[in-house]
Amino acid sequence: MFRRPRFFCDIANVALAGFGLLFVAASVQAQLTINVETSSGRTVPIAIAPFALEANAPQNITPLIADNLARSGMFRIVNTAGISNLPTEPSQVNFVDWSGRNTEALVIGGIKPLPDGRFEVNFRLFDVAKQNQLATTSYTVSASQLRATAHKISDEIYEKLIGEKGVFSTQIAYVLKRGARYELQVADADGFNPQAVLSSLEPIRSPKWSPDGKKLAYVSFESRKSTVIVQDLLTGQRRTVASFRGDNYAPNWSPDGNKLVVALSKDAVSQIYIIPASGGAATRVTESNAIDTNATFNGDGSQIIFVSDRSGGPQLYIVAVAGGAVKRLTFDGNYNVNPRMSPDGKFVAFVSREASRLRIATLELANSQVNILTDGPLDDSPSFSPNGRTILYEDKSAGRGKLGAVSVDGRFKLKLSSQAGDVREPSWGPFGSSGVR
Amino acid sequence: MKKALIGIGMMVLLAACASKDPATTVKVEDRAPVSSTGTTGAPTTGTTQTTPPLTGTQGNVNVLTNPNSILSKRVVYFDFDTDAVKPEFASLIQAHASYLAQNRNRKVRLEGHADERGSREYNMALGQRRANAVGKATTALGVGNERIETISFGEDKPKGNGHDEASWAQNRRVEIVYDGE
Repeated sequence: MFRRPRFFCDIANVALAGFGLLFVAASVQAQLTINVETSSGRTVPIAIAPFALEANAPQNITPLIADNLARSGMFRIVNTAGISNLPTEPSQVNFVDWSGRNTEALVIGGIKPLPDGRFEVNFRLFDVAKQNQLATTSYTVSASQLRATAHKISDEIYEKLIGEKGVFSTQIAYVLKRGARYELQVADADGFNPQAVLSSLEPIRSPKWSPDGKKLAYVSFESRKSTVIVQDLLTGQRRTVASFRGDNYAPNWSPDGNKLVVALSKDAVSQIYIIPASGGAATRVTESNAIDTNATFNGDGSQIIFVSDRSGGPQLYIVAVAGGAVKRLTFDGNYNVNPRMSPDGKFVAFVSREASRLRIATLELANSQVNILTDGPLDDSPSFSPNGRTILYEDKSAGRGKLGAVSVDGRFKLKLSSQAGDVREPSWGPFGSSGVR
Repeated sequence: MKKALIGIGMMVLLAACASKDPATTVKVEDRAPVSSTGTTGAPTTGTTQTTPPLTGTQGNVNVLTNPNSILSKRVVYFDFDTDAVKPEFASLIQAHASYLAQNRNRKVRLEGHADERGSREYNMALGQRRANAVGKATTALGVGNERIETISFGEDKPKGNGHDEASWAQNRRVEIVYDGE
């Protein structure tokens, strides 16, 4: 029998109860909208000519590519207005047109309908100065895959011109609070296709993608206290992996996906423990009389970076997975919390409070250099993009949760907000995280 | 797959939703207010209350909920960023410790909360610190540790929904909840 995805009904019911709108309308309303706030620094000027037959296709592709590239903070989209006979084939490209507009790269292509109802999408990327072709790919896809194809093309362009992988085909998870209801949502990296994978009247917290992108670990208060749950995104199966006496919270995955580091209060005030990702006995890592919490594995999984107030205010510390000697990492200010590792293991993003402003900061492990990236006043819950270029975070100022994104150099910022409610605690999924669909 | 489903139509879909899978929708009834009596405005102490009888019910009146009983006072408030129990709450904690001493079958949960001005995840720890502080004050009065569970909700269950000191003061708290309540 046909099995419908479970998340579907939650959204549909919300639509009925809350808005009386059709599913599609509710979905659009729940979608994150993106506003670029600041942009500076070096950007690659790129022109994207409308694809041949694009107007007849059910999904425009070039506006999506342009939005993707512009929102990465790495590109400036060159206006194509006024250029007569915009090219769709290589033979039609007149490089002088484009070098005259200070364009460094040019994208052309087409969306050809096939007799079987599918579409053949092809694109070509040119280096304008060198007048040569850098990339070309052709995709044969159904109408429903056109949007994903735009993301794939964006990834190819990004990787070719920037030299690192693009994140346009990845997904993000976050908590959406609508009135009294909490929803754990998964959406495309551009905020499109939001889907509730869990809905509850009790708080949902701290979603974290497994390294393979197939599961989310999170904290649920559905049993009137915090427990750690791992949910398979494909099957919807949920497993309670930590439900000890007291609090069970702040989960983070080991790099191999086999373990979770969590904060438990079963033996004392919060201490750091490691549990199997499938649940089971908890192995204690820290032994202190202080609060030890908010832990994350380092890049190779051999050490754990965590928060402790053993010296007064909360600061970041590092300890071997097996426990033992603890080394303090942060010394500026009296409130440094919520560490998250960068994908390359070189940086820790964290939340630093100074003069009652919570701001996103990074710590470079090799040299202890701290950079403050945002101004606050209530920036929280950082999460690196899988290419390490951007940090997604929660902006909970004015009591209404939005998401912010800032480049790791602090120069490019944008905000993602939802009409549907407060957006909280984002987690950016790994490459290849499209397990939900 | 999703796109295909949309095509099937809303009515089919919604009908299918009648038998919702419990695995993905957590059904938890909305909780009743814990302290339905008193302490709605600025934090107050229970020190002006008369000393109540400390066992069970008197007639049909439950001392834990009788507004004339100090035991109906269930909230301990805290200052910003601290877990120090203020002296004005000593009599309230003393009353609950005495009740627990005289009702050895009862267990209690101490639920810690924080205001929104910290980091969401670290506020779990702060709420726990507060619950733990009230727990320590209670065990110091002779109540066994095994009868007290301290937990935290962090900043997620505010009493006051504003973004000012009046709301924050209501939200930095520990609620005393007896088993079965």
